Amino acid sequence: MISADRTLVDKIRLQFRRSESIRGYTLLSPTLLIVLLGLLFPLIILFTLSFWKQEYVDLIQTFTLKNYGDFFEKKIYYLILYRSIRISAFVMFVTVLLAYPLAYFIAFHVQKNKMIWIILVTIPFWTSYLLRVFSWKVILGYNGVINSSLLSLGLISEPLEFLLYNPFAVVITLAHAWAAVAILPIYVSLEKIDRSLIEASRDLGESAVATFIRVTLPLSLPGVIAACLLVFIPTVGDYVTPALVGGTRGIMIGNIIQSMFGKALNWPLGAALSIISMLTVTAAVCLLLGATQLFKKKVS
Amino acid sequence: MSEVIISIKNVVKDFGSVRAVNNANFDVVKGEFFSLLGPSGCGKTTLLRILAGFEVPTTGTIEIDGQDVTLNPPNHRPVNMVFQNYAIFPHLNVASNIAFGMRKSELSKVDLQEKIDQMLELIKLPGYGDRKADELSGGQRQRVALARALIKQPKVLLLDEPLGALDKKLREQMQIELRQLQQHVGITFVFVTHDQEEALTLSDRIAVMSQGDVMEISSPADLYENPQSRFVADFIGTMNFFRCTLKDFSDGVAVGESKELGSVRIQCSEPVCAVNQDFTLAIRPEKLALEFDSVEDSVNSVKGTMGPSAYLGDRSHFYIYLQGREDPVSVALQNLSGSLEHVRDTDREVCLTWSDDNCVMLADYE
Repeated sequence: MISADRTLVDKIRLQFRRSESIRGYTLLSPTLLIVLLGLLFPLIILFTLSFWKQEYVDLIQTFTLKNYGDFFEKKIYYLILYRSIRISAFVMFVTVLLAYPLAYFIAFHVQKNKMIWIILVTIPFWTSYLLRVFSWKVILGYNGVINSSLLSLGLISEPLEFLLYNPFAVVITLAHAWAAVAILPIYVSLEKIDRSLIEASRDLGESAVATFIRVTLPLSLPGVIAACLLVFIPTVGDYVTPALVGGTRGIMIGNIIQSMFGKALNWPLGAALSIISMLTVTAAVCLLLGATQLFKKKVS
Repeated sequence: MSEVIISIKNVVKDFGSVRAVNNANFDVVKGEFFSLLGPSGCGKTTLLRILAGFEVPTTGTIEIDGQDVTLNPPNHRPVNMVFQNYAIFPHLNVASNIAFGMRKSELSKVDLQEKIDQMLELIKLPGYGDRKADELSGGQRQRVALARALIKQPKVLLLDEPLGALDKKLREQMQIELRQLQQHVGITFVFVTHDQEEALTLSDRIAVMSQGDVMEISSPADLYENPQSRFVADFIGTMNFFRCTLKDFSDGVAVGESKELGSVRIQCSEPVCAVNQDFTLAIRPEKLALEFDSVEDSVNSVKGTMGPSAYLGDRSHFYIYLQGREDPVSVALQNLSGSLEHVRDTDREVCLTWSDDNCVMLADYE
């Protein structure tokens, strides 16, 4: 008996040692479990919910496509989703455009103490997200830092109203909030580039600008794509920033979904809107990846 | 007189307080295979990078084909470089790598493709155009780097230790190919290496560098047979050094006296020092002969004791101890009959002999 037990344990142990994939899945299993419990089940619930109906406080648990129908019939949801995508795309564009030079600077021009620069980049993250949004409110507000400075300098006679409560304020606030998330992946991809490749391009007759377009940018593309996704995906669903600085013109899909689960009390419609916005984001991401593939092909 | 293609004039390069290149002053002739040889940190790579345009000299000028290019950026110089790690663009395939520098050429698409195919043929990788960079072996990468530079038809090709990363057999094969290629395309090569054997094999002329200084510029044979300084003699190959005092010079024969060797005769057109002054006598290991039977002390011969020996396949190294000398004298013998096993007994009395035209007088001594 004892020897049989031993061989069984040994067999398992042997299998474990032999198989790379078993070891891999073992390593992954805690995370996998959390993802399953914390993401897959809520998703299933959300998906089911989106085919139900809300009548006042009661959930009618019969299958209906009414919520999806509402989305396509009532233009408001569709327009707000479109606006969310547009604002997020713009945030992504602005953030990555501003992050790239900074990441480039740290990767190529900082010789010593790169770590200090990296830490400096993350400083905005040291305060809460809410505080950062409020500070932008203070900066951009009617009696805010910009307006009062311009007033006291005599450059304007009345406070500027276009600074706050519009999509522009949302873009500025989000771009600032997500800057570090964009800088870090771009920095890592730039840091990995062998400097002799850049020298080789110069040696083969290309100017600094052409070298950037033909060598540096394509080789840092993985970092740029990662930055794009990391900024775009979460900002589409953001509802804190638009709620605080967006005003009525800056409302995004996240605000609608939040109200559906809150004040408006229409969970099934909120669930349907969530599902639709997830699918839209997926489609937009696919489009982005397709575009980068095209760029890669064009360069080579 | 051959045409000068590169003219390096009074070039100094400082990195902070470190002087990487100290007053380099020489010409490279069109079509020659010129090597910069020296131990690591001697400034040879810095000098090459100055030629390529990646470094600007602190003082001095660089002329290439009669034009002062000292301040020109790398993309405005008629030179191309093969990098030490080859610097093959990982996001491009072999054909695109080779065509990288041809963006501004006037060639049509068809002509360019033909040119790329020619280059692939030249580097013996036909049909490799669609391969990705990471599918190539070290030797293949090196060839692609060569083709990428040669397709630009530069006036000078700069090579920064291009064979350093290859294993011995492949390196030897690439040396021969590189030499043939250079003669075939007729482009001037400036080649940086720390491997003296490689430099001797490949070069028409070699500049030996040490700590930023260009010590000597000569043909491989001259550097080996008639080095002008102790550093060069020591750096290239193996050399036995003996301190001597010059006693007499007449009719092209110098007579010296050494504590270890006794009386020595050296054939030379002119002695390196005045009579009664010290000089260094340098003798290559293979220029020394061993005699086992007649152990008679005479001019250009000395008695010694057999020390350890090493068997190297084609030859054997013997280390002979002399009276009054701590380091053994190194002697190399061809293994013409077997492994010379019968003469390897240590502590055996032997006699070292050499001919008076096979040794070198050096002015500097330690």
